[in-house]
Amino acid sequence: MSDAPLQRSNDSAQRRPATPMAQQILDRGSLLDDAKAVPNGLKAAGAVLGLGFLAVNAAIAFIVIDGRLDGEWYDFRDLGNAIARLRAELDDTSAGPWLSYWVTGVIGAVGILSFLGGFLLIGSWIERRLLARFQIRMGPNRVGPFGLLQPLADALKLMQKEVLIPLGADRMLFYLPPILVFIPAMLAWGPVPWAPNMSYLDLNVGLLYVISITSLSVLAIWMAGWASNNHYALLGSMRTVAMMVSYEIPISLSLLVVVLLTGSLNLGDIVAWQADHNIWLGALLPFAMFTFFFSSTAEINRTPNDIAEAESEIVAGFHTEYSGMKAGLFLAVELGNALLVGALLATFFLGGYSMFGLEEWIPPYLILAAKATAGYFAFIWLRATLPRFRIDQLMSFAWKYLIPLSIANVLVVAIEASIAARWDVEGIFIYGSFAIVNLGITAFAVRSWAKVVGYTPDLERPVGTRIAPRIGGLKEAKRIQAGA
Amino acid sequence: MTTSAEPYVLNIGPQHPSTHGVFRIRVVMDGERIQDLDMIVGYLHRSMEKLAEERTYTQNIPFTDRADYLAAMSGNLGLCLAAERLADVEVPERASYLRVIFAELQRIASHAMANGTLVSDAGAWQTPLLYMFREREKILDLFEMTCGARLTTNYMRIGGVAFEPPDEFWPALQELVDELPERISEYEELLTQNEIFVARTRGVGIITPEDAINGSLVGPALRGSGVPWDLRKAEPYCVYDRMDFDVPIGRTGDVYDRFMVRLAETRESVKILRQAIAGIPDGPHKTDIPLALRPEPGEVYGRVEGPRGELGFYLVSDGGPAPYRFHIRAPSLINLSLLREMARGAALSDAVVALGSIDIVVGEIDR
Repeated sequence: MSDAPLQRSNDSAQRRPATPMAQQILDRGSLLDDAKAVPNGLKAAGAVLGLGFLAVNAAIAFIVIDGRLDGEWYDFRDLGNAIARLRAELDDTSAGPWLSYWVTGVIGAVGILSFLGGFLLIGSWIERRLLARFQIRMGPNRVGPFGLLQPLADALKLMQKEVLIPLGADRMLFYLPPILVFIPAMLAWGPVPWAPNMSYLDLNVGLLYVISITSLSVLAIWMAGWASNNHYALLGSMRTVAMMVSYEIPISLSLLVVVLLTGSLNLGDIVAWQADHNIWLGALLPFAMFTFFFSSTAEINRTPNDIAEAESEIVAGFHTEYSGMKAGLFLAVELGNALLVGALLATFFLGGYSMFGLEEWIPPYLILAAKATAGYFAFIWLRATLPRFRIDQLMSFAWKYLIPLSIANVLVVAIEASIAARWDVEGIFIYGSFAIVNLGITAFAVRSWAKVVGYTPDLERPVGTRIAPRIGGLKEAKRIQAGA
Repeated sequence: MTTSAEPYVLNIGPQHPSTHGVFRIRVVMDGERIQDLDMIVGYLHRSMEKLAEERTYTQNIPFTDRADYLAAMSGNLGLCLAAERLADVEVPERASYLRVIFAELQRIASHAMANGTLVSDAGAWQTPLLYMFREREKILDLFEMTCGARLTTNYMRIGGVAFEPPDEFWPALQELVDELPERISEYEELLTQNEIFVARTRGVGIITPEDAINGSLVGPALRGSGVPWDLRKAEPYCVYDRMDFDVPIGRTGDVYDRFMVRLAETRESVKILRQAIAGIPDGPHKTDIPLALRPEPGEVYGRVEGPRGELGFYLVSDGGPAPYRFHIRAPSLINLSLLREMARGAALSDAVVALGSIDIVVGEIDR
């Protein structure tokens, strides 16, 4: 060791990894290498398919926009038209209206359920894989190509598992919640418009329907917590109920603002309004969008508001005692709800299926799916980034910050809506100025209100450690404290 | 608001995500608030101190690996220092430097783990933990290439260290030391200004300097309360008296301060590492001692500043090859004693964070 050992760091280029494990990690390769290893034939086939899809789509779009053909059943950019056409043809038969009612209903239900089922299968893979990327890990990569079959394996494992019922549990109440929580999660998808003509439940009170259906799941969660005969479950469900009841209000207020501007409770009309005015409500109503997004994280138990299932505190919250596929149903609902909130966020605030004219060229339902997935991605991002609030902080955030500010927001937007209605002015200039005004008011009000309700500079700019001038005991500590 | 609800007992652990091992807390709760709690330890008791009386001093070194399994090097060092003082063994200077290097590496690894799990307890879904593991992995790689083990290192010996580090150790160490300050800044950016994290940790689990002294707290928990006490400065061992480093202390003694103290100590460790790398002399890495060391009858208390605080070894010799009495003064056990004061009246979430902030290792508590 006499020859200065540190000089060896110069030839680090040809240095081998330090340990066999590090070598193994290097040898394992990356996702990019896996992608490169795909056979060329497969790549070519994929490219041809993709190009073909684009070409056919563009051709049809061209023909339709050109005016040579009306968008009808063969126009797969809008499946809604196809269903409407089918419905009209079925109505013409002698069978009566019930036939068209049931046939289209079944088609729509199967469509939504299969979309959701597909998403539930792929969604957990996406989430785990992305989380792993955020956390410099690999993520599931063993079952199937890129680990794509992992959710399937998980589901099979969960199905094989025994469903244990804790001693002293109320059996009936214990069995019901996984089903009860699943139903509203599926029903809430009804009024979401996938295209101008394509929503399963074209309700004129769609917005109220969504609010009321999504708040139903609180009952199931309370049942689960109560029936489990477990303190963790009870604590978790108490937290959930308190949180859902509190955050229903800001959600409703933020959606009320949307209704004020668009003048409709129908989700399709809300999207059509945004498409007509070429503006996203999210740009017009930044505070309402933030309130909706943040409150939704509380509603669906996602970070930073996942206190109902806070793993480090109460294990798994209300579904601590559930095992097997019953736990799997809770997890699936959680996943589905994240996508649902993404879709609702897109519908209310991000233009829904419209994309500034792009919906003429790309199937609108794909646009909505992309926006919903982007919302889902935001949730994953938050989950990988933020710590969790405490329950009292969360409660005071709802009651002290969000609700007063939402009410003020309703007032402001009501004034703007009446301006627009009274002088009958519409268009990008008036709404653009509204957007700027709202953004300014939001930025100002959020900060000043936070200071009013007790936001301390200590939170904003916490001071760190200091250096001890000398070593000592209690007296020295006192002296340092007094001196600073 | 007052509630008329009946208090109930919540049993946290021995298997629970945030008890950091098999450790159990019986909590009496009033809604979300904690009224009282009992700490129940002993699920990992392995009777180390009794077993140690049947083994020679060198054979006892592996026990110290398994006491504080997240800071094995510090445990090794503590026992070796105590035994050397008992038997009057000289340590070569190169061995002292190597000991400082490994002890500081171990401190960085252990603090990374402590801070990572603390943030995990605060609800950040493992991301900071895994980022901190990145550096910990590299340190464990260094351990592995030196002594073949990653956690239970069994590296120090009475009179020096077991092996000379291999040639590839030094460039790898230099690389690590060069990139560590950047990484630490990364954690600071991620967490120290994060409002949710600050809101969760600021003013939570406050320990006043008086309480800290009365509870005989040690280590970052003590320094977080603002008491400037560090054995590396107060009673320098190895070659710490030649090193230039600072002792960071907290201001209020809350969870955030303990977190920040650990982070700042990591920086100081990097400073020490740089100086140790620059100053390490040539020479033998250990002195030869008899296979069965038979110290003169007597007793000794040797202590080092481990990552969790003062780690003491009390050895009594009766002239035989094995210690007559072998006692470990475990910092985790003593730091834990203030959990009750911190958690009483706090919310359950705060108690979990407070427990995470004092950084217990159950292997050391139960021994």
